[in-house]
Amino acid sequence: MSSSANTATADTLPTSPTVVRLAGVNKTFSNGTLALSGLDLDVHEGEFLSLLGPSGCGKSTALRIIAGLGQPSSGSIEWPRTMHDATGSPERSIGFVFQEPTLMPWADVFHNVWLPLRLKGQSKASVRASVMEALDLVGLASFAKAYPRELSGGMKMRVSIARALVTRPQLLLMDEPFAALDEITRFKLNNDILRLKAQLGWTVVFVTHSVYESVYLSSRIVVMAARPGRVVRTVTVDGPTVRDEDFRTSDTYNATCRTVSEALHSAMGAGDHL
Amino acid sequence: MSTPSSTPDTGGTPSDPPYDRARRRELILRVAVPLVILVAVLLLWDWYVRAYDVKPYILPGPGLVASTLVKDWGTLSSALVVTVRITFTALFLAVVGGSLLAILMTQSKIFELALFPYAVILQVTPIVAIAPLIIIYAPSTQSAVLLCAFIVTFFPILSNTVAGLKSVDHNLLNLFELYGASRWQTLFLLKIPAAQPYFFAGLRIGGGLALIAAVVAEFAAGSAGAGSGLAFRILESQYRLNISRLFAGLIMLSATGVVIYWLASLVSYLALRRWHESALNREN
Repeated sequence: MSSSANTATADTLPTSPTVVRLAGVNKTFSNGTLALSGLDLDVHEGEFLSLLGPSGCGKSTALRIIAGLGQPSSGSIEWPRTMHDATGSPERSIGFVFQEPTLMPWADVFHNVWLPLRLKGQSKASVRASVMEALDLVGLASFAKAYPRELSGGMKMRVSIARALVTRPQLLLMDEPFAALDEITRFKLNNDILRLKAQLGWTVVFVTHSVYESVYLSSRIVVMAARPGRVVRTVTVDGPTVRDEDFRTSDTYNATCRTVSEALHSAMGAGDHL
Repeated sequence: MSTPSSTPDTGGTPSDPPYDRARRRELILRVAVPLVILVAVLLLWDWYVRAYDVKPYILPGPGLVASTLVKDWGTLSSALVVTVRITFTALFLAVVGGSLLAILMTQSKIFELALFPYAVILQVTPIVAIAPLIIIYAPSTQSAVLLCAFIVTFFPILSNTVAGLKSVDHNLLNLFELYGASRWQTLFLLKIPAAQPYFFAGLRIGGGLALIAAVVAEFAAGSAGAGSGLAFRILESQYRLNISRLFAGLIMLSATGVVIYWLASLVSYLALRRWHESALNREN
């Protein structure tokens, strides 16, 4: 089944509508570091896109630019299917999950998940059902009154995911969300994410430095390299729509992992291994 | 606690008998050890005064100090009320002024650049040295003393709150930005709650300083008469070689200081007990 792990360039890829398009995006930090160099990226509706690469390849920077946290130094970002407000800025519907759970320690789980809606001026009573539904989706409905410190690392991350999904975003951005978790918890949360994606029809952009995680989750993997941050290859994962432990041990999975690893290694110069 | 019963196990719960017993022992130790030290020191003091026949105008025995405390309670307690009133008024004004100014400074760079150096100068100049000037300019001695106490108390609350408002988790700030939070929402829902532990640390320092500053200012002012505070009574006792009353006044001052610290700690505990590390019992 080695043919199932095929590779392609971005322009021959999925035909579903584009949610966001990055064209020739460069980002130079104030200290002179060229974090991103000429990034072209189309995110298609319904896909699970992973940005994979070593530290410093600009994958997190790209994600933050999509989120609107920081502007590109040059290049454009288009939201073809998004309404624009009076000032011409897109009314992005985004959920963001950080590497850390990033919860407010002084607020209980309910108040943490309510936050995105609260900031949009929605009262507690009017969104109680939505918040509880979001908590239910991550299996934490009975922990609404618990404080973050009372939860395990995996549970905190699930609260963070509930907070990202409570607004029912068009696009979910995840920045190495499971990097700090143990492997067992990570596998479980990977499955949770896949289930939620199927259930809610998300479009996901997922940043990771794990080849195995990216292949398990993604429909498409963008392999990036550092100095300067750039895309070296795009790999389509020809896996089943429903993925489980069987997929993790399948030939397709192994073959794709090999392809992606090779792409990653060929992109990294000898010095990058240090 | 309304936490569901399925909360991950964090060790013993208060209902566990071994935990209960350990806590009771801890509590007894907490009270008993300082108490034993106190009794030992009092006995030593008493023995020394008797054995070497020390004159009461040099060092009165603990018994005499206690009886003076009872005998002079009328004079001393009314003086204490004056000092305590100044202390708490200064602390209240410092809390309001300090935290409002801290918010102003973190909301506007210009304000911070304009005001912070002068707040530092005010803080580092010894209050005893400024007091004579304040006494000349202030309309009354009481207001001069209050102003001195305020100046000293104000700074720790200001600088702690500024530090707290600035040390908000950057990811949380990004999150608020991402969801289009307004400046006010970011202030009230994020920065102020995050600054709470710092503010309360400042309150504990400021509470103690308010009493010290009130006493120092009263010394400097040297006010006499019916409206004078405990500091004046202590000076007066010294002039009259009424050393047992001086000791009684000192004891009342320390007790007041302890109560203020305890109150500040209690307020801090009540505000932070659900979430902040400083208010949690550590178990491992």
